[in-house]
Order: sequence, then structure tokens, then C-alpha cells
Amino acid sequence: MSEFRWHRKDLLGLRTLEAVEIRHILDTAKSFQDVSLRSVKKVPALRGKTVANLFLEPSTRTRVSFELAEKRLSADTIQIQKTGSSMVKGETLKDMCRNIESLKVDLVVMRHSFSGAPFRLARHLKASVINAGDGINEHPTQALLDMFTVLEKKGKIEGLNITFIGDILHSRVARSNIWGLTKLGANVTVCGPKTLIPVGIEKLGVRVTYDLNEAVEQADVINLLRIQLERQSESFFPSIREYATAYQINKNVLKRAKSDVVIMHPGPVNRGIEITSDVVDGPYSVILDQVTNGIAVRMAVLFLLCGTAGTETEE
Amino acid sequence: MINLLIKNVKIVDPAKNEKTADVQLPVADVLIHEGKITKIGSGLNASGEKTLDGTGKCLMPGFVDLHTHFREPGFEAKETIVTGAHAGLKGGYVASVSMPNTFPPCDHQGVIDNIIRKAKEVPYYIFPSGTISKGREGKELSEMADLKNAGIVAVTDDGDWVGDALLMRRAMEYASMLDLIVMSHCEDRRLSAGGVMNEGLTSTRLGLKGITAASEEIAVARDIELARLTGAHLHLCHLSTARSVELLARAKKEGLRVTAEVTPHHIGVSEEIIEGYNTNAKMYPPLRTNQDIAVLKQALKDGLIDCIATDHAPHTPEDKMCEFDVAPFGVIGLETAFGIVMSELYHAGGWTLGAIAAIMSRNPAVILKKEERFGLIREGIEANLALVDPSLEWTVTSEELRSKSTNSCFIKRKLKGKVLATVCAGQLWEF
Repeated sequence: MSEFRWHRKDLLGLRTLEAVEIRHILDTAKSFQDVSLRSVKKVPALRGKTVANLFLEPSTRTRVSFELAEKRLSADTIQIQKTGSSMVKGETLKDMCRNIESLKVDLVVMRHSFSGAPFRLARHLKASVINAGDGINEHPTQALLDMFTVLEKKGKIEGLNITFIGDILHSRVARSNIWGLTKLGANVTVCGPKTLIPVGIEKLGVRVTYDLNEAVEQADVINLLRIQLERQSESFFPSIREYATAYQINKNVLKRAKSDVVIMHPGPVNRGIEITSDVVDGPYSVILDQVTNGIAVRMAVLFLLCGTAGTETEE
Repeated sequence: MINLLIKNVKIVDPAKNEKTADVQLPVADVLIHEGKITKIGSGLNASGEKTLDGTGKCLMPGFVDLHTHFREPGFEAKETIVTGAHAGLKGGYVASVSMPNTFPPCDHQGVIDNIIRKAKEVPYYIFPSGTISKGREGKELSEMADLKNAGIVAVTDDGDWVGDALLMRRAMEYASMLDLIVMSHCEDRRLSAGGVMNEGLTSTRLGLKGITAASEEIAVARDIELARLTGAHLHLCHLSTARSVELLARAKKEGLRVTAEVTPHHIGVSEEIIEGYNTNAKMYPPLRTNQDIAVLKQALKDGLIDCIATDHAPHTPEDKMCEFDVAPFGVIGLETAFGIVMSELYHAGGWTLGAIAAIMSRNPAVILKKEERFGLIREGIEANLALVDPSLEWTVTSEELRSKSTNSCFIKRKLKGKVLATVCAGQLWEF
């Protein structure tokens, strides 16, 4: 374990974290990894603490992963689920904060369809806030579990060539990964049609290419992003068919890759679109390891933040 | 009707002294009798009348705002004609062009009649604008001749740019026949759709959807071409990008009837303040980059952009108390405009007081063809004046705002230059 002591109240994104803090979370996660392998999958670290899972956008994977992490830490949990914005129900973000405050919860895990919402929640709340995905902005625990998986498979992050393929523009997973990986010294490449590459992203120290072969060739890790089928109707690409022709990862494309390349995907996978089934189920894929590691990483984050609940928020 | 003597004050009359060095500006006494400026001279006396000591202060013509949202009728929780007028007076303003995105919208003479009736009850001048299209829907022209008879000075669909070039052509032709200004909020909404802030590195960093500068520039370019075609007086609202300024410069060089405004927030603050997702930094057009700010300031200095207009757009705290993506666009500006302009252009930019007074009062008055009543200081005319301290430092607080809303992006900002008193329509307001 590093000597570093965690001091932040919230985990809102990797953009505002220091490299040493990211490493500390990853180190901490390692110590939680074996809890899920025991016959009694529970430690008392968060006994007596209450965690509210506030999911204002549909989510299965992240929600279940957080819930398991909380339960394995012995926390009491409540689920608050709504679809769409709080405003749809006529409740302002501020009222939501005040209500949560009154419920005396220690920690809030928030998923929200609008960027920045957890930042505003955190500012008004004494409880710790974990961003479980906000709009197209960040999904820090997903990026942390991706980094944890890279570490597990490759033993390091610094100096690795890590490529993201797909809809970078709308991807909070890509954004959080870019912040985290560049801080830890990886060489990040993003690849996708020009319509789905955010403006100015190269200024974040990221290489941009529109050519899949180029993106694959030197990659140590390929992280695929789910392509949302509705992007076709918004004219981001002409058809799923053409998208798959240009950007699908399949056996043929992987012939150009390094022999020890690792394939990741945050899920859910569109089999046959961004990735073929044989690759999903094949030897390069670590997609299910990501799912398992997600629990350890989220346990680590919950554990670290619970020690600092009630302190000052960042900004 | 006020009787007032302002003693020993520096007179900043942009009609006469726009380019005069500050030290050469005349210092005099100004006598106001029954709301009129009756005498400007030295050693004036007026026994028993109210006297203000103007030593170290400046007297400017009251400011004229070409872009105010009074929100009445329809959205009185945000602002009313009364509260908006008092916000204006606090900011040194004496007149505003009211925007037509009310409910019902100002597409019918009845709505204009109603605004004018209410405006007569406040000590402030309101010149309404009407809509270009019925319901601001961009489909059919409003009854502009009727609206003109009711008292409008301009037509605009404000927040909704007329996307149909043919309708805009007809609107410009019809409006120019009626000698109405066509004000255009230039933004191709198809191109900016879904965006909530300026598109660029900052929007990528914050994970917010961007509004490309091109959505404004395309609209500016088209409207300039239609102004060329029709001969209409096109007034470009709240320009925000460097490239818009280039298009404007070319149009002016060719002698087209094109004028333009910029808001205090577009020269006073960049997109970077959106860090933290402050919904009071969300408006149309979005805050842009420091590079754009530099170009906009230079364009004001060069006279390419004619004037400051506030785009005072009140929203209640409840409206803004939400996620950045769903918050309404708009910030208030009447009460902070002078402080921002003085801080950014006078103190930091080396402008003369005369040039400041020109962009705040004279130039907008000329655009409205009301330069005989506003934007000057003369014996014999009604006193519409702002008494200002050019160097007084103050901090913007929401508690001190007279507007019904507090959605300012300048809360907690330290400003240098403050309005001390406003004389308007025969009344004195001291702050």
C-alpha cells in the first residue's frame, strides 16, 4: 500500500484527480479483490454506514456492481431510481439534495443523464458523492476498473499504447479513461468516424486517427465503446453496416494487432456490430474480468470515501 | 418633476466629445428644472433646490439598451416592466428596447398596446419590438404595419432565428418599407441543436454539448446578404465570435445598413467560468473564448460593433436551480453593464470616457434614430442622465440587485466604475 492518505469527500471524475490519488485507489482495490473469492463474501468495513444509490438514468451493470460492492462492505443500501431528469418529476436538484441530507445517508452514488449533475449535488451535500456516470462527461469508476484490469493483465500502465474505438464524442467512459490514462503515462489513441471525435481532443494529449488499422497496429490494449444505434438517425454515420465495415473489431482486423493485445469493452456489447462474437468470446477478450474487477474497484472507492464523508467538497 | 442642480461635474457628452481626452472634458454645473436641462455653466445657483456635488464624478447621457427582456406579459415571476425599469435605472439606463418573446408574443398590436400602457406608468422609456413572424414560429409574417402603428421600433424573433431565408427576405423588404429595424439573433438552430456551451476544448473537457461558432457565423452571413438584397436596416444582436466580426467588417466596408451590438458578458467573461456547471453562465449565444473576447473588444473600439446591449434575460432561481443541460438560457445585465464596461474597456483597455458614453448611450440612440432625445447632454432637452463615479470599486451581490431575478454571471465579481444616480423622465434616483 502507498503511504498516501485519501482526503477527498467525493469522486466526481478523474479530470480533477492527481495521479497519486488514482494509483492509491487502484492499490486499495487490489486488497479488496479477494473478498469476492471467499465463501463468505463480506467484510465489515462499512457496517453502520448508509449508501443511497441514486440512479436517474437506466443502468443495470453499474447499479448492480455498486450494490454488490456496498453489500460486500456491509453497508446498508437504498435504491432510488427514476428515469430521465429530476426536473421531469418536478423536483429540483436542490430539493433532491435536501431530502437526501435529511435521510442522513453517508454516501450517494449518482447516475444522471446530464453532465455535471453530481458536481452540483456534491457541492450542496455533506455526504460523499460518487459519480456513477453523468451525461457524456465522466464515468470514473468504469475508467478505474478498466485501468485496474490493464494493470492486472499488463503489469503496468505507463508507456502502454491504449486505443479507444467508437463513439468517443458521447462516451463518458472514454473521457474518464483519457484523463486517468494520460495522468499515468499511457499513450492514448482514439479512433472513430470524424463525426464522433470531440473537438479539440488532441489537445488533451491524445492521438486521433480515423483509420482502424492504424489504431490497432501498435495497441497493447483496445477498448471498444458501445455504438448507440440511434446515432445513425442523427447522421453521425450513414448506416450501421458502413460503421461496422470501417470500425468493427474482428479476427481479420486483429491479424494486424500485437500478439498479446487485450480487448476490453464496458458493455453491453453489440455483438456483430462494434465487435464480433468470436472476439468477444475469444482469448484476447478480458470483458468479463472487467465486470469482476468492477466490484473490487467500487469497494475501494466506497471504502476510501467513507473515511472522509462530511469533509470539504472539491472546487 | 425634479428640480436639481449638479455642481462641478465632468460632462461627458459623446455627441460632442466622443474622442476628447478625459482631462480636456468640461467641468460645469448642470441645472435641471422641471425635468429639463435648463442651464449648463459655471457658478450656477438654485436656492432651495436639491443639489448634488459632482466633484470627481462624471455626468453621462442616460444609457440606452437595445436588448432587454422585461418578460411581461407572461413571465412576471422572472421580471415585470416595473422591476425591469428599476433594474435599468440602477444601471444608469433610461431607455430599453423590449424583446418580443413574451406570452403571448408581441405579434399583435394588442400586446404592444398593453406594454406601452404599462410602460407609461414607470419612470423609464420602453420602446417595444414586435415579432417578425406570427407566434415567433418562422412561418408567416406578423402584422408589422399594425405593430408599427401601435408603437414598435423594430422587429425580431429574438431567440428563434428565422431559418427560412425566403420569409426573412420578405420580412426585411416589408420592414424596410415601414422603416423598422430588423434585429437578428443570429444562430442556425439546426446546427447548434442540443448544444449548451461554446464548442471547443472546454466543452470537450467538461463533457457538455457544444454550440459551434459557425452556427452564429452562418446566420450572420446569410442575414448580411439579405440586407444587401433588400436594403433593410439589419441590426445584429449580441455578436459573440471573431469570425462574425470579420463578416460585419466586410458588410460595413461595403456600406450596407448593418449595425451590431455586443453584451457585457461576452466581453467580460469567457467560457471557462462554466467549470463547476454554474447555470448562471448559460446563455445564447454561449460565452466564447478569450480570443473571441479580444476581437470583440477591438471591434467595439474600431466602431465596427456599434454599442453595448445587455440582453438582460431574467430567470427565477427555480428556473436555474437544475442540471446545466436543462437550465434555461439567459443572464441579467442591466445593473452590471456599466461596471463591466468600465472595468474591461476604460480601466483595463485605456478607452476615453467619451467613447464609453458613446457605446452606452449615443450609438444605440442613433440606431433608434432618437439621437435628439437620448445620448447627448444639451440645454433645452429633457434630462435623461447618469451620474457616475468612474473609479468607485464595488462587488456585485445578488442582495443588491433591483431586478426580480438574480441570474447574473457576475455575482461576487469586483468591478470598478459605478452609477450613483440616474435622472429619467423628470425623476431622480440615487443609489
